[in-house]
Amino acid sequence: MGGPFAIEVTHLSKTYEGNVTAVEDVSFQVAPGEVFGLLGPNGAGKTTTLRVLITVLRPSGGSASVLGMDVVRQATQVRQAIGYVPQERAIDRFLTGREHLQLLASLYHLPKNRAATRIEEVLKLVGLEHKADEVARNYSGGMKRKLDIACGLIPDPQVLFMDEPTLGLDVESRLKIWEHIRQLKARGITLLLTTNYLDEADQLCDRIAIIDGGRVKAIGAPSELKSGLGGDVVTLTLAPGDLGKVEGLAQALKGVKGIRAVSTKQNVLDIRVVSPEQTLSAILTQVEMHRCRLEFVDYHRPRLDDVFLAHTGRRITED
Amino acid sequence: MQMYVQEVGALTMRWVKRLSRERFSMLFTLAQPMVFWLIFFGNLFQKTANIQVVQAPSYIAFLAAGVVVMTILNNGLAGGTDLLFDKENGFLERLMSTPISRTSVIISRFLFVMTITSGQVLVILGVAYLFGVHPVTGIGGVAVIILIGLLFGVGLTAISMALAFSVKSHGDFFSMLGFLSLPMIFLSTALVPLSAMPGWMAVLARLNPMTWAIDAVRPLILTGWAAAAKPLVIVVIVMIVFDSVCLWVAARAFRRTLG
Repeated sequence: MGGPFAIEVTHLSKTYEGNVTAVEDVSFQVAPGEVFGLLGPNGAGKTTTLRVLITVLRPSGGSASVLGMDVVRQATQVRQAIGYVPQERAIDRFLTGREHLQLLASLYHLPKNRAATRIEEVLKLVGLEHKADEVARNYSGGMKRKLDIACGLIPDPQVLFMDEPTLGLDVESRLKIWEHIRQLKARGITLLLTTNYLDEADQLCDRIAIIDGGRVKAIGAPSELKSGLGGDVVTLTLAPGDLGKVEGLAQALKGVKGIRAVSTKQNVLDIRVVSPEQTLSAILTQVEMHRCRLEFVDYHRPRLDDVFLAHTGRRITED
Repeated sequence: MQMYVQEVGALTMRWVKRLSRERFSMLFTLAQPMVFWLIFFGNLFQKTANIQVVQAPSYIAFLAAGVVVMTILNNGLAGGTDLLFDKENGFLERLMSTPISRTSVIISRFLFVMTITSGQVLVILGVAYLFGVHPVTGIGGVAVIILIGLLFGVGLTAISMALAFSVKSHGDFFSMLGFLSLPMIFLSTALVPLSAMPGWMAVLARLNPMTWAIDAVRPLILTGWAAAAKPLVIVVIVMIVFDSVCLWVAARAFRRTLG
């Protein structure tokens, strides 16, 4: 206990009533000051993991601790030390922004004058000062999200948990929320966020855990995970009429020197290569030999969606 | 202890603020039992109702006790509604992630519902007064009526909150409320005395705790302390049993949801 980690999850599992296993044998550690992302599609077990960490759900097996405190046995101490930004817009539309923050300040037992200064601080931090006394039903989606974050920051937490921080937001609001998250990191807060946006994980997180089907498939810094795949990716899109030739071409390509892996989906082939300079001509030769008509060729450095595909066998957007 | 007071105070004030922002719905909630039951229903049956059967100077005088207890019933049964919405939109989870005592949300709700109900009972008795119904036991009697309301309201509110935490969707919640509320009213002495009911309905009405609450409130309004003594003893016993059962059932639902 009390190790060097801000968050430590060890062999965590959670089975709901009716034997539905949401999370199985999940382990990871988050260092203080780190932005850690749980990346996975809907239903992967990200939110379940997060709900265990914020002490509102009891694990079925394994353990989890925050700042060295066990989330089951020392739940009250954990609650005192963390902030939480839920996935839903957990906003009372009849209350003003300031009233939300006043309520939260009382629930964290802040004394009156401390509460007043803290409320001003967080309002300024998320840029809601001018709307603080308006009822939340008049807020836009982005403003509600800001208020959500402000609520999570009221206790001045050392560890902040955010569930899908930009889900359903427009591009501009998303970028603003990202900016807030970077500011929080600069202040030294440890952040754990869940997301099913690859770019969010890529841009914001120091390290990520890829979760699918309730299990951790890979952990590491986005750049590490990408370079860990080895080499670059060449994507071939064949004409729809050549669908029947995809398998034969894929098999042939697997034998080509310099090609590490080939995966197919309908008329698209993802080919991981050591270096495109050496293999591109060989690939095109094979395409010629199989008399395939190319519709589109793309070459890119490995992206996080390639990482996701490599570890889970599917793309994150496929449900 | 000081922390507990701070939490419960802040949570209770939230319910008060919400109500004050929903003026329209507040007005309807407050006015509905008076306008609909006391004024319309009471006056409508004024000539039809047999004074000999209801044993009261007028039908409105008879009905007043029924409307008071109906209000307690409906407020209690609806007491969990706001928590239902909190559960559905994630607000409850936010509250539960803060270092508050697990009971403070529940207690804040009890405090709020009980306060509103007591206020409403006073208003109903005030309107009845305008129609010539003057409680014979005076201020003391009114205070006892409010105490009966609190006793009955605790169990009802507990059941409503438990239901709010247990249902899968809020459609289920509201249809169950509708299913409970009207039969409870018709199978009680709110609208007619036991002696005027068909035998089988009278049997069911005797099993309804609402009947015992009404039978204790009615003599406090119509006849006096002497006549009220025995029903008061009975209602206290009935309510202790009723509240114990409700709180026992509800505690299990609370623990499941709130940990």
